[in-house]
Amino acid sequence: MSCYLTTPKHMNFYTAFGTVLLLLAITAPASLLFGFGGAMLARHRIAPLSWIGKGYIAIVRGVPDIAFFLFFVIALDQGIEWVKHKVVCSDWDQPIRQGNDFVVCAQAKVPLATSAEWIHESYAFGTAVLTFAIVFGAFAANVLFGAMRAVPRPQIETAEAYGMSHRQAFWRVMVPQMWVYALPGLSNLWMVLIKATPLLFLLGIEDIVYWAREMGGSKTARFTDYPHGDWRMWYFLALLVFYLAFTRVSEIVLDRLMVRLSRGQATAAGEAQRRADA
Amino acid sequence: MSCLITIQDYGLRALGIGERLLPKEDFTLCQQFTLIGSGMIWNVYFGTLALLAGFFFAITLAMGKGSNNTLLRKPAEWFIFLFRGSPLFIQFFFAYFLFLSLKQVSPIFNPFTSAWLGALVVLFCNTAAYSGEIFYGALKSIPRGDLEAADAYGMSGWSRFRRITFPTMLRLGWPAYTNEAIFLFHATTLVFFSGFPAWQQRGDALYYARYFADKTFNPFIPYPILAMFFIILTLIVIAIFGVINKRLNRHLPQSSRPKMKLRPNLIR
Repeated sequence: MSCYLTTPKHMNFYTAFGTVLLLLAITAPASLLFGFGGAMLARHRIAPLSWIGKGYIAIVRGVPDIAFFLFFVIALDQGIEWVKHKVVCSDWDQPIRQGNDFVVCAQAKVPLATSAEWIHESYAFGTAVLTFAIVFGAFAANVLFGAMRAVPRPQIETAEAYGMSHRQAFWRVMVPQMWVYALPGLSNLWMVLIKATPLLFLLGIEDIVYWAREMGGSKTARFTDYPHGDWRMWYFLALLVFYLAFTRVSEIVLDRLMVRLSRGQATAAGEAQRRADA
Repeated sequence: MSCLITIQDYGLRALGIGERLLPKEDFTLCQQFTLIGSGMIWNVYFGTLALLAGFFFAITLAMGKGSNNTLLRKPAEWFIFLFRGSPLFIQFFFAYFLFLSLKQVSPIFNPFTSAWLGALVVLFCNTAAYSGEIFYGALKSIPRGDLEAADAYGMSGWSRFRRITFPTMLRLGWPAYTNEAIFLFHATTLVFFSGFPAWQQRGDALYYARYFADKTFNPFIPYPILAMFFIILTLIVIAIFGVINKRLNRHLPQSSRPKMKLRPNLIR
């Protein structure tokens, strides 16, 4: 049994867990950044800019997220190649869309057809991360937009009474205070992000879902080195347990974080803590 | 004129009625609209049935989780944790392979391996867990005065539940439940990507949208069409739930009626 669980293919399966964690580690800050930008845009004073921000939030919320994942991966890929094509091959005279094909010159392929395997893989991973960041950025923008509005209005008025400019009031008064309002939404988002990671499979990354399907499949002893029946059910059970444990641990950690952040804040939770201490 | 013929050929393609072969080349806008629209039949089917059946189970779960009896509380808690804590995508995969192996035990499980029943069962359990949690939250926030008033009138047991607890719980949980419904409809697009086979290419809207995107290598037409269909569906859901919300709150003074606020709790 221990021999079975350490075959090279199983090692790939275990590294795929690493891929998922890596994706989470990169995507969470990236989408927070996107979200912050989106929320700032949505509350901008210039109307067209705020429409862009609000449109970004509204569209991603109204449409199933997988549709976005499938859309952005191709759209980003084609967009990058199109831009590079315009720059590198300016003397190209054929149309780019020929019937059902998307044709750019060989130098404009991203990544180049001659480049190494690992570049192709990391490029695919990069577009996946960017796609996740765009989609979850919109969700985060929604949360942060609400949090910015939840900061009590008198706080900003006080800041302005002290002579702070709009920008100063935003960075020095609103941003430090909004996190405690944003945290419930953001922790919800983190849970959702964890639960969205199996969708990597749809983006063509060899992730845990891919390997679980691959290795659990029934094979006969003659052709492969893992002779067993259809064990996919058990592999997916393992994944199920992995995700349950992961969300449970995050839940506990986020609860503790909330307790920490509420300390000394002008909210019900902060008030309750103050009473308990006194 | 030719568009009418296309609609005749492909309008019910998702149910297997009409032209057998999907268009192979020279895709027209009309074909894309018709096929993706016909795929929506499945999304509406899964969403509506899971929601209707899941509603009653969700109430049961919420009552179970709120009960003082450990034998009732623990199973409800575990069920909700199990389905809320893991990705729907993995649940689909696991259920599909589970049904596949059960099929070898008894032929009763044959229909479960096809999407129309198997995926429906998973969606049913999933939405029941999520809405059970919503209703449990609502159950906990029923004003104490309401329950005390019921006690004062001598109500208890079933009559108290039917007249006080249940309507108030429903009223308080309704805005959140609306979001849950919207996201359930969005979640139905996962069905045909997760093991469940689209038999004879009878798939849902996303299945056909992806078919077109793969064939034309141009995502800029099928996905916006899909998005349009889903936004329309979302608006219909909001309208229906809004009417019910109005009816649930009809006894309250105008100013204290809760507005329907769209704060989706996102995907699962």
